[in-house]
Amino acid sequence: MEKFISHTGTGVPLRRSNVDTDQIIPAVYLKRVTRSGFEDGLFSAWRNDPEFVLNQEAYKGGTVLVAGPDFGTGSSREHAVWALQNYGFKAVISSRFADIFRGNSLKGGLLTVIISQDEVEKLWATIEANPATPITVDLDSRTVSYGSTTLNFDLDDYTRWRLMEGLDDIGLTLAQEASIDAFEGKRSSLKPTTLPIRS
Amino acid sequence: MGKTLAEKIWAEHVVRSAQGEPDLLYIDLHLIHEVTSPQAFDGLRLTGRTVRRPDLTIATEDHNVPTLDILKPIADPVSKLQVDTLRNNCKEFGVRLHSLGDVDQGVVHVVGPQLGVTQPGMTIVCGDSHTSTHGAFGAIAFGIGTSEVEHVLATQTLSSRRPKTMAINVNGELKPGVTSKDIILAIIAKIGTGGGQGYIIEYRGEAIRNLSMEGRMTVCNMSIEAGARAGLIAPDEKTFEYIKGKPHAPEDFDAAVTYWKTLFTDADAKFDVEIEIDGPSLEPFVTWGTNPGQGLPLSAKVPSPSDFALETDQIAAKNALEYMGLTAGTPLKEVKIDTVFLGSCTNGRIEDLRAAADIVKGKKIASTLRMLVVPGSERVRQQAMSEGLDKVFLDAGAEWRNAGCSMCLGMNPDQLAAGERSASTSNRNFEGRQGKGGRTHLVSPQVAAATAIRGTLSSPADL
Repeated sequence: MEKFISHTGTGVPLRRSNVDTDQIIPAVYLKRVTRSGFEDGLFSAWRNDPEFVLNQEAYKGGTVLVAGPDFGTGSSREHAVWALQNYGFKAVISSRFADIFRGNSLKGGLLTVIISQDEVEKLWATIEANPATPITVDLDSRTVSYGSTTLNFDLDDYTRWRLMEGLDDIGLTLAQEASIDAFEGKRSSLKPTTLPIRS
Repeated sequence: MGKTLAEKIWAEHVVRSAQGEPDLLYIDLHLIHEVTSPQAFDGLRLTGRTVRRPDLTIATEDHNVPTLDILKPIADPVSKLQVDTLRNNCKEFGVRLHSLGDVDQGVVHVVGPQLGVTQPGMTIVCGDSHTSTHGAFGAIAFGIGTSEVEHVLATQTLSSRRPKTMAINVNGELKPGVTSKDIILAIIAKIGTGGGQGYIIEYRGEAIRNLSMEGRMTVCNMSIEAGARAGLIAPDEKTFEYIKGKPHAPEDFDAAVTYWKTLFTDADAKFDVEIEIDGPSLEPFVTWGTNPGQGLPLSAKVPSPSDFALETDQIAAKNALEYMGLTAGTPLKEVKIDTVFLGSCTNGRIEDLRAAADIVKGKKIASTLRMLVVPGSERVRQQAMSEGLDKVFLDAGAEWRNAGCSMCLGMNPDQLAAGERSASTSNRNFEGRQGKGGRTHLVSPQVAAATAIRGTLSSPADL
């Protein structure tokens, strides 16, 4: 996984609440067996509308999505994270994220940043007035900054360290394999297995 | 201080905990399907890793499979590639797979319980958010993304922080005609689609205890629609009775029951949040908008954006009414429906089919609509046919299909056309969920059946 330390780019204001993962990428786009190429499905229903923010020239190169509350609700599809990344987004800012989406994004290196809705409103106003405003999302200092504004955001130390080092979660867990072996050694024999079929 | 049920189960599965790090949690059962697994298996191949516990892993084909002509090659080449990929991966990594045509093929969350591999006190994951369904058995069950699917395949564990705990007490008895679906839709309308964020919900109270296992699965299934990580219900005699005799029921059943009886929230345990719901005041419920929190009793009228206090809710309501083609003030019972969908992991079990069949029996569905009946699994389909339910639906003019996720998410050919309006027993009314431009109203099987007869959103009491 690519390391995430700091990113500076322009913002894309998505003034919608409850953007579910079916909106981020509809199910018909989930049939690929690869992790790439999902950008064409990103917000596909809305992209038919020429007024939709991603279709506006001013926001074409944006890499920081600024969304309304409860972003990423619904289906657990990690394809939603891939679609945003494939399109070019490096970070998503919102006042609230759905749990599974947030977990997927932080596993995959798409930084999800939580700031208050008031702060989201101010950021929206700024990037709507001047789409070229650079926004910096800095993981080292856990801040978002634009213009003269600097906002702190929370992210636990462990996740921050993992993202800044670009570490593979599975590799980290396999380093604990002895603990897993020990746990399995004392696991209850009452627990079912899927083999063999006794029906 | 005592522990909540979720805390007990979590604690029993912690492989390793360290200050400042997420817990490493052991996973007892990993369910797999074709859509969220191909990139995970690919990851294993790229790193030379194997599936650590194929004996705790089981796969089926459900999300994009056709519900007609299932023994012919899948017509959509992209869907076919995905299903073929699952078949190849399961073969290569030694994972048990129930393919189309197999009696245990079907929606993954219907298959686990019917096999008896879903049991109290377990941790269960699947690359599907409706994994919360299995919580009905007193298990911690939740949906994960593909990176985590790969993590579980390789390590049989997940790195995760324990969510907070929330109790939702549904007190008192339900009125006749009010179902488990109405309970959960009412809960989501009350706490909102983000109300459960960061929590495992335990559903408690008399109305929950009175539900059948199928009803409990419906409630737990939609925990994710309230934003919760998982939902669960303490096991009881109904749970034990349901598991007894299932193919994977414990051989030493009495010993298992002795353990399962320890799985409850201690009297002196404290939840982070408790919410009270008055059971007797609940009514048949329906959604009017484009998220599952936008719901009302069926007897209500379509709301106006100005009915909402918060500006974000007003904007959401305005967008939803526009998308749904609804006018504020219209009685919900006057909303005309084009398609009724009976099925899904929410309401595709045998009890759901029986409840709907009871209502349509001897009647004809309205000539202005179509009704799709899609059993949750092949086993449910066969059971229904042995009870003659297929004939009841066919005689009424409905279509009787093979098992799968079908129109719940429209990955297969079962989709709504643009502007088409459904009454659906599934779980999501998102824009385009059932087909681009399609409009979804979430309902119980009973309301779906009554709606099919009358042609407008209706409860059985309206017949």
